[in-house]
Amino acid sequence: MADFTSSFWNWFIAVITILSVVGCGILLWSQSTHTVKEGQGLTTGHVWDGDLEELNTPMPRWWMWLFYLTIVFGLAYLVLYPGLGSYAGTLGWASTSAYKHELKVAEADYGPLFQKYAKQDIKAVAADPQAMAIGERLFMTYCAQCHGSDARGNKGYPNLADKDWLHGGTPEAIKTTILNGRNGMMPPMVAAVGDEKDLDNLAHYVRSLSGLPSDPVKTVLGKPKFSACMACHSGGGTGNVALGAPNLADKIWLYGSSEETIKETVRKGRTNTMPAFHDFLGEPKVHVLSAYVWSLSQ
Amino acid sequence: MTEHVIKMYAKREEIYPREAKGRFATLRWVCVWLTQLVFYGMPWLQWNGRQAILFDIASRKFYIFGLVMWPQDFIYLSALLIICAFGLFLVTAVWGRMWCGFACPQTVYSEIFMWIERKIEGPRSARIRLDRQPWNADKIARKSAKHLVWGLVALWTGFTFVGYFTPIMEAIHLRFGAWEWFWVGFYALATYGNAGWLREQVCKYMCPYARFQSSMFDKDTLIVAYDKSRSKDCIDCTVCVQVCPTGIDIRNGLQYECISCAACIDGCDMVMDKVGTPRGLIRYTTDNAIGRIFRPRVLIYSVLFWTIVAGFIWALSQRTPLRVDVIRDRGSMGREVDGMIENVYRLQVMNTAERAHAFTLEAKGLPGIEAIGKGDMHFDGATTRAVALRLRVPVGAAASGSHDVQVTLRARDDASLSVTETAVFIVPR
Repeated sequence: MADFTSSFWNWFIAVITILSVVGCGILLWSQSTHTVKEGQGLTTGHVWDGDLEELNTPMPRWWMWLFYLTIVFGLAYLVLYPGLGSYAGTLGWASTSAYKHELKVAEADYGPLFQKYAKQDIKAVAADPQAMAIGERLFMTYCAQCHGSDARGNKGYPNLADKDWLHGGTPEAIKTTILNGRNGMMPPMVAAVGDEKDLDNLAHYVRSLSGLPSDPVKTVLGKPKFSACMACHSGGGTGNVALGAPNLADKIWLYGSSEETIKETVRKGRTNTMPAFHDFLGEPKVHVLSAYVWSLSQ
Repeated sequence: MTEHVIKMYAKREEIYPREAKGRFATLRWVCVWLTQLVFYGMPWLQWNGRQAILFDIASRKFYIFGLVMWPQDFIYLSALLIICAFGLFLVTAVWGRMWCGFACPQTVYSEIFMWIERKIEGPRSARIRLDRQPWNADKIARKSAKHLVWGLVALWTGFTFVGYFTPIMEAIHLRFGAWEWFWVGFYALATYGNAGWLREQVCKYMCPYARFQSSMFDKDTLIVAYDKSRSKDCIDCTVCVQVCPTGIDIRNGLQYECISCAACIDGCDMVMDKVGTPRGLIRYTTDNAIGRIFRPRVLIYSVLFWTIVAGFIWALSQRTPLRVDVIRDRGSMGREVDGMIENVYRLQVMNTAERAHAFTLEAKGLPGIEAIGKGDMHFDGATTRAVALRLRVPVGAAASGSHDVQVTLRARDDASLSVTETAVFIVPR
């Protein structure tokens, strides 16, 4: 595939390259002998400091053959590898295929190890120190950016080291999460809740669920408004793992527990995405990674 | 006026050096044995259950007896190369091309290859005769035998070279990958080509050091010279020319081809002994012939050389086999947990020694700061590993903003093994 819109540049590069190589050959051939007047040619004719002359001592012939050899090498290279414009070379080498080959080599090296773990139960893998060392490196490479190096999460990114799980904390549920990813979606609910005052009351009620300080009157007034939330967060606000709806009755808050934050969550909703790693890492690696993540909360 | 054509490239004239025997030839053989015992023998040495000297490029660990060097220690290699360079400068200023004549691999391998050549093709006169005569069974047999033995020595050299990079105990079973074979072949071909075929051409046309060492020469530098004042003693036997590996006539004075190997001195001394005149018509001397060693050039090279050597040894003795990086998590500024402000870091620990260690963690720089690592902070020998590190200070103990804090990692079994790194602790607004 050409990188240019016009094939002119392919020809431009090819012609310049060929001309340069051929030109080097002609230069070399034309300069290997000199015709000089009788009695001259002992020196190059260069004189310094009035009397310091440069002798014309010939180079060894094998040196010249090395020059010709580089030209032959250059031409052979241009035939075998891409170099002349968009010409792909007879070997068909490309950086993408080289990359795929490297992946294959790595797979041959490390594949069997991951296959061995893939056949074991996740809890058994979690008990294997070598697997856990691998899991730690995988986690540091692929997960730590969002969930933190200590896996304790950030705002909007769940803590993986506690017992609270949005989508279930069994080894299998964790593996499903990593393999297929998750989409957390809380729609904007302000229309169903009511006006600003209702929203304020609701926030106080939600805070009261986990024992956070709240205005008693507003809490009582907010309780009926929670009916808009029950479908997902269930009656007592304890959440629903099947939907990924967070438990609102514990001390763990993905976005924060202040009145303002809760109101913003209800007003605008929240969207959260955990990407799927199945195609990227492959199941055997995810298996080891799942064991590591599961072990963090044990 | 007639014109004529001159060639800018000339066919190489074959040199058939005659064997020189004497003090300096013996010294050269001592050098050959010493350097080659080291080169061929070193990879076989074992140390603590592994190869004593192994440059493991795949895992980027370089074992030199008790030392394990990592890519981060590259500065030591630079220092070593600088030491070698200044050592060579110093030696050159005082003793001229002593390195070239006695210790350079090109000279050493040429010496070995010429010895093989002499054993198979005979002395100088026989070799010249053999080359001039037409091909016959004897010539074919001798030539093939020579190249076969050369090839074997070259292959063994290539194999030994690879043995510095691939454990030689495994290599002996020829469990080689494609790249190992390539390097065996490459190094063997270089040895065979340089020591068998190119010889003095390497010194004359390829070696950069041969070209710029004249800048270290002065009139007090040791050179091989023909004593013109004694020219009446010269019987014109041309032995000095016949033994010369670079094909020059030392009686014409100092020439750039001369590698100071002293073969002509040995040759001339032998003849002088026979004809009963004093030795030393050709001898090691200096242009000034007064043997003044201490001169500004030598003093400057010496001071530089010994300064760098001392610095190198000091740096190596101060080298801690523990490297630590404290890298802040970029995902969050800081968070409040249980009445503490917490920052998360990645603690990158390189335990470059071969022993495993468990470490204690300690943080300083803010009131009430504490560090929480992972488990027992146990790190295997010769490994690098990243673990999570949490630093926390009580809420209100520090103003909002960023603060420099120091994290110290100290081995539980060796208090002298510790590294302190500075990190930034952020207290959010």
